[in-house]
Amino acid sequence: MRLFQNANYPFVEKRYIFFVISAVLIVASILGIIIKGINWSTDFTGGVSIVINMQPKDKQVPPLEIEHLREVINDAGFKEAEIQFIGDPSNATFQIKVGGEDVNKIRDQITEVLTTKLPEYVQGRDLQTDVIRQVDVVGAKAGMEMRNNAIMAVLISMVFMIIYIWVRYEFTFGLMGIVALFHDVIILVGVFAFTQKEFTMTILAAILTLVGYSINDTIVIYDRIREDLKIYRKDSVPIIFNRAINKTLGRTVITGSTTFATAIALYFFGGPVIHDFALAMSLGIIIGTYSSIFIASNLVLETFVHTRTEKQAIKHLTKKK
Amino acid sequence: MRKYSWLTPVSILIFVLGTLIFLSPLFVPEDVNWPIKQKLKLGLDLRGGTQIVLTVVTKDLPEADKAAAVENNIRIIRNRIDQFGIAEPTIQKMGESDILVQLPGVKDPIAAENLIMKSAVLEFKLVAEPEIAEKFINQIDAIIQENLYKFPVLAKLAEEDKALAKAGADTVKAGEGIFKSLITTTERDFAVRYEDLDIVRSLLQDSTFVNLKPKGYDLVLESVDEKKKASREPVVLYVLESTPQLKGTDVDRASMEIGPSDSPNPQIANKPYISLTFTRTGARKFANCTGDNIGRRLAIVLDNTVYSAPVIQDRIPDGKAMITGQFTEQEAKSLAILLNNESLSAPIEPKYSTQVSATLGEDSIKSGFRAGLIGILAVIIFMALYYKGAGLIADFVLIFNVGFILAAMTIFGGTLTMPGIAGIILTIGMSVDANVLIFERIREELDAGRTPSAALNAGFKRATVTIMDSNLTTLIAAIVLYQFGTGPVKGFAVTLSIGIVGSMFCAIVFARYIMEKTMIKPGKTTMSI
Repeated sequence: MRLFQNANYPFVEKRYIFFVISAVLIVASILGIIIKGINWSTDFTGGVSIVINMQPKDKQVPPLEIEHLREVINDAGFKEAEIQFIGDPSNATFQIKVGGEDVNKIRDQITEVLTTKLPEYVQGRDLQTDVIRQVDVVGAKAGMEMRNNAIMAVLISMVFMIIYIWVRYEFTFGLMGIVALFHDVIILVGVFAFTQKEFTMTILAAILTLVGYSINDTIVIYDRIREDLKIYRKDSVPIIFNRAINKTLGRTVITGSTTFATAIALYFFGGPVIHDFALAMSLGIIIGTYSSIFIASNLVLETFVHTRTEKQAIKHLTKKK
Repeated sequence: MRKYSWLTPVSILIFVLGTLIFLSPLFVPEDVNWPIKQKLKLGLDLRGGTQIVLTVVTKDLPEADKAAAVENNIRIIRNRIDQFGIAEPTIQKMGESDILVQLPGVKDPIAAENLIMKSAVLEFKLVAEPEIAEKFINQIDAIIQENLYKFPVLAKLAEEDKALAKAGADTVKAGEGIFKSLITTTERDFAVRYEDLDIVRSLLQDSTFVNLKPKGYDLVLESVDEKKKASREPVVLYVLESTPQLKGTDVDRASMEIGPSDSPNPQIANKPYISLTFTRTGARKFANCTGDNIGRRLAIVLDNTVYSAPVIQDRIPDGKAMITGQFTEQEAKSLAILLNNESLSAPIEPKYSTQVSATLGEDSIKSGFRAGLIGILAVIIFMALYYKGAGLIADFVLIFNVGFILAAMTIFGGTLTMPGIAGIILTIGMSVDANVLIFERIREELDAGRTPSAALNAGFKRATVTIMDSNLTTLIAAIVLYQFGTGPVKGFAVTLSIGIVGSMFCAIVFARYIMEKTMIKPGKTTMSI
């Protein structure tokens, strides 16, 4: 079995269709990010930590299961709540961390949930001193400083990637490879803005993974273009570009599929915790693969057409290194 | 067929053995004495750990600096406990000035506390001139005598002394208080008898004492090393000017060094010491300080302990200094690390530490593992079906690649969290890429009519260029992320680099070796690919 053995799709000829699709997606994403904003999770914003004791007064009541408490708190709308036993589990003391700024409101909400959903554990006890032991505002685990630092680090790494591709290939290739990366990242962040899904530290990791994946994918095609430019010296540049994309199509789709298979398995079977991460990854692989096939090398070609730097670039590209 | 040097099989052997050795602790029961101790930890989300709450003491700071000091301490603590960004601690500000730290799987909260609390506050302070020092000691003696009721331990001691005096022993000289009775002298300094060390040390830390003590000068003990412990010699008690001449922030770089055995300085001959290079302003300050105070002694104070107090012989213009003392190599090394990282902006005190359980339920953990297994199996089955024999070889090295990632994370002190596991599973999906590139190339070469052996060689040769270029670009990005990122971003870069290196080695060296050994036979014209 061979996928795309003699593929010959007109990727280059039809490039304007994909440019338009991408432009629409990017504009929509940027609008989404501006208008709806990003729903930063407690990883970045901080929240409230509440320590509660759930030792029932009535000795007949069985000890509260942590899973049950998780369910109750999650159902009350605190989706990203982090719940741990603190100290020995037999003391039935729990630490609940939830997002939000209004300490008093959250305290009231949690109190309300506990009294209505788990009355047997709080009956006959003083709510404000005995059940709720401590309430604190907690800072972000990562913080905006770290977020800005991450963005900075990614930008610097992009500069270095351009330089490497410039040296090994040619400047236009490097620049457009990074433009394609921006394209991928903006669209993925746009999806998170539109759906208002929480943007956690893990989602940031997914985006970083996407950056690595997408540039990898793009360079494989660049590499084929470089090779073919040396072999088919008589063919025109668009034909060489199109052939290179088609020849690597099998590999691009297979690698995309194996990675996508693992991501989608995590999405469907991985449980709620890695659900959003798996979603980001699955989407990221689709976007990254799409941009490598349809956008990155087509942008290089388009630049050549407009700037007439083609001859120079090809000379640089095919000289022996 | 390509001739192999001994290098290939040896590197494969090292790769496999190294992986097995560093993963071995996972399979050896706890009670067996196994030489390799470091083990891949499970994260807070999977296993829980220890929670330590610390208070930043900000009362001595101006109001405006308090918040910044807490934030700064959080950052420094993070650097200390998470050097490579993959230890996965939780560090958060809590309330106004508390810091909540959760460490995965820590069994010894005291040791963890110590690591966090180590402040490594370095100061250079002038030793007071003898007559001033004497006056200062007398002042303190008088003050303590006046306020003896505030110091129950000393009061009790005084009672005992009085009783002894009545019985005829003449330990308390006229006009001298209890404090002076604790002090002896060495050739040029005051000192504390070894048996009184604990009493004096707790007195110096007592906040009542600190508040009563006249301002301008401080009492600081010298460091007590093993030799001193053995000989029980008196420990020098220095009287130092309170205002430091230089601080840790003036140090640009600190490193552990071992003096040459023929060094004329007996303090460093064959001994580990810390060499310091000052910053530009630090160097200027140091030159001025040494120039203005020739003949006086400059104490090098680390964490409120005097390590040495050499006499200033001459102005030192080159901005270099060293801390000598009876360090072990390990001590000198960890001190240098602490000095290179900033010291804490304000002291911290532990409030309490306690065990915490996992943040994820059993269910989530189980489903995470199940999903990972399904994903990996899908990849393995696909590779075997699509690339047949070659696919099986790719599957075989894939298992070692996963092992390598886990082993390398162990070496870097990594912690496995749920998102981390998801990341590794994704890496597996991606790492077959190198194999796919090679196999596709070999197929193309076979299509072009080459023999299996020639196709294999040509395929590997061409694909290696592609793999190098694409992976090196990503690796460069990872190195930059490591260099400029903090915390989890750094950790991501480490895991990414490990994954890239592992998959490149597995595809280009390991898989190729097996393919050439098993798939290429003289006279064979087909290839299972």
